[in-house]
Amino acid sequence: MQIPFTVAPRPDTGVNNAKIGVWLFLASEVMLFGGLFSAYIFLRIGAPEWPGEIGGHMYERASDILNVPLATLNTLILIGSSVTMVMSWASLAMKRFDRYRLYMGATIALGFAFLIVKAFEYGEKFSHGYLPAENNFLAIYFVLTGLHGLHVIGGIIVNMYFMWPGARMWKTDPKRFTNRIEIAGLYWHFVDLVWIFLFPTIYLL
Amino acid sequence: MADHAAVPEGHHGEDVHHASFWRKYIFSTDHKVIGIQYGITALLFLLFGFSLVMLLRWQLAYPGEPVPLIGWLFTDDTMPGGIMLPEFYNQLGAMHGTIMVFLGIVPLAVGAFGNYIVPLQIGAPDMAFPKLNMASYWVFVVGGLVMLGSFFVPAGAAKAGWTSYAPLSVIESMGQTMWLIGMVFLITSSLLGAVNFLTTIVQLRAEGMTFMRMPFFVWAQFITSFLLLLAFPPLEAASILQLSDRLLDTSFFMPSGLVVSGEVVDVAGGGSPLLWQHLFWFLAHPEVYVLVLPAMGIVAEIIANNSRKPLRGYKVMVYSLIFLGFMSFIVWAHHMFITGMGQVMSVFFQTTTMIISIPSVIILTALFLSLWGGSIRFTTPMLFALGFLPMFGIGGLTGLPLGLAPTDIPLHDTYYVIGHFHYVVAPGTILALMAGIYYWFPKMTGRTMNDTLGKIHFWGTIVSMNFIFFPMLIQGMAGVSRRLYDGGEIYAHAQDVIVYNEVMSIASWVLFVFQIPFIVNLLISMKKGKKATENHWDATTLEWTAAPSPPVGHGNFHDLPEVYRDPYEYSHPDHDEDYWPQNAPPAEASED
Repeated sequence: MQIPFTVAPRPDTGVNNAKIGVWLFLASEVMLFGGLFSAYIFLRIGAPEWPGEIGGHMYERASDILNVPLATLNTLILIGSSVTMVMSWASLAMKRFDRYRLYMGATIALGFAFLIVKAFEYGEKFSHGYLPAENNFLAIYFVLTGLHGLHVIGGIIVNMYFMWPGARMWKTDPKRFTNRIEIAGLYWHFVDLVWIFLFPTIYLL
Repeated sequence: MADHAAVPEGHHGEDVHHASFWRKYIFSTDHKVIGIQYGITALLFLLFGFSLVMLLRWQLAYPGEPVPLIGWLFTDDTMPGGIMLPEFYNQLGAMHGTIMVFLGIVPLAVGAFGNYIVPLQIGAPDMAFPKLNMASYWVFVVGGLVMLGSFFVPAGAAKAGWTSYAPLSVIESMGQTMWLIGMVFLITSSLLGAVNFLTTIVQLRAEGMTFMRMPFFVWAQFITSFLLLLAFPPLEAASILQLSDRLLDTSFFMPSGLVVSGEVVDVAGGGSPLLWQHLFWFLAHPEVYVLVLPAMGIVAEIIANNSRKPLRGYKVMVYSLIFLGFMSFIVWAHHMFITGMGQVMSVFFQTTTMIISIPSVIILTALFLSLWGGSIRFTTPMLFALGFLPMFGIGGLTGLPLGLAPTDIPLHDTYYVIGHFHYVVAPGTILALMAGIYYWFPKMTGRTMNDTLGKIHFWGTIVSMNFIFFPMLIQGMAGVSRRLYDGGEIYAHAQDVIVYNEVMSIASWVLFVFQIPFIVNLLISMKKGKKATENHWDATTLEWTAAPSPPVGHGNFHDLPEVYRDPYEYSHPDHDEDYWPQNAPPAEASED
């Protein structure tokens, strides 16, 4: 049995199944992060001070608690990884599998770099006793960045699958494999986009 | 129809015949098997959720008396000497709601009927993502097991109601953590399902099956899937926040200076219990439509088929459905009129709530008008479908006073709310789901269910359901709170109406007795039922006209069908038979 339109687009809708599927999935992800961002707004409006008191000290600005330079570095890392992700797909479209390997490897490496920087940031917070239970600013910071971090880990796992075991499909069905990289790319760009909203909201505002 | 029945074995049956038992029946990727898996699991959960409430109703009818016959089966932390403890009563109430909604009705309405029928009705060989479909079912099973397992953790299952309002839920025992984890699994499952349904309906419609030729049931599943896709994630977000409140001691939902048992709770504070309610009801109001829309879809199919005429105003019904789906996202705070969220908010949400009643009324009216001038066949599924109409009508009309802030305030949290909601979901949706089971049983098994047992089931069910839920409306108007462990025994204002507690409880047990003919009928008819003809109800839609009953193997159709006309061409003047299948080529008709 063959499911129609797994690779070729359906003429009247103009897309294939996976493309619609991933866009719908991303719509639900928007609602998930949208719910958390709404919670952030709700809590912040209700709070007399923001970020407020942590361990007996009153903070006026989020940047006094969080490490803005490190987060800026992470923003650049993620944007860079989105670029390499596009290049890996473009390489497949140009039938250059060797270059695909190179760019996909770079995307994975940048993903790990993001997580390492994030781990440093978390470590710094923990060592100062800035724990989620301390106040609601830290709580929403940890939940939002933590959930985003889980999405990054998920993306790295998907990319690693397509880097190694999943790449066998290039030999049997190159067109479908190229599509798969495009789909994985859409997800990866979404994770990047969430960070681009998250960074100013939490670190700068 | 004979040519469709002859599906060559080698062509589609191939992968099935070589598949092991596990691949064929347990970890199958065939939407038909997954649909039946969902159906059986959901029916078991419905029975379990019903059992919880039958137990609970003993306490309401005879407060403080030991439960006869089965009381000794329970442990000392739940019912010492057969007498129910308040903590256990709360567990039963919270888990009844959770299990019926998330593990019973949604999986039966969407997981079972949606999975089995939608691909057949649109002429698709399977769902767009068969493996995702399988994953969706098994994630659902894990979520269900976590919920069931929560009864066995220290201090039992969740006790904070099916709505899990904070801060009560945050300071609850471990069962609440299990509830939240179970919920994350269930949300993930319905998310995978929703992506799959939407993609399937958009991409895999057969040649000629335009959107406006889709059966109304498919439209209902389409809109339902959008609601599942977009409304569930905010509850996932809320569950994550509540888990973090419980496990990491954050204060998302914990206000400053909260006092529990005479002591100020040691948390940072500054959170908002209202935030939980907003996030919860943002899910749970669209959720009500997730429960109702598939039921409307089933009823529409059965009414068109059994009144032998097209649905009245099919297009208007479809537009109403779309509008309903959209509006359901902006009515949630009508559940929160008494929280003090402010008059501006109340006015906005009561306005949207009044607006959303319009498309519901249009759909219901169209279904009533479809009966007009039809030659109605009173088959068992038709009885259930006809029962749905007035029952859902009562449910909808009793909702209007709850949608307006001035009348909601005295009724809030009384039995009136319970009565209203159950009229929508129990005699409403559940009757429709039963109708669906009787209607599509010949499709799934190739045999029919017994008609006499079916009619006993119908009359017993509809009468006893009304004896359960109508007195609730009366009690609620008298001001009896929905959360009383003793059913209102110690309250002066409840004395006049307290007699109904016994009536409702006995009716609930009678309702159970009348489910026995259904269970017997279902089990016996699978093997011994009368053989059904290929197109058992002389229907026009593809699931009956293009595939044999039951459809053979993985892939459904020998050749993908082609569609030439609207879904409900019954008693068409240009056609000899009183039904004109969607896939019958026009040329064939002129030859006749």
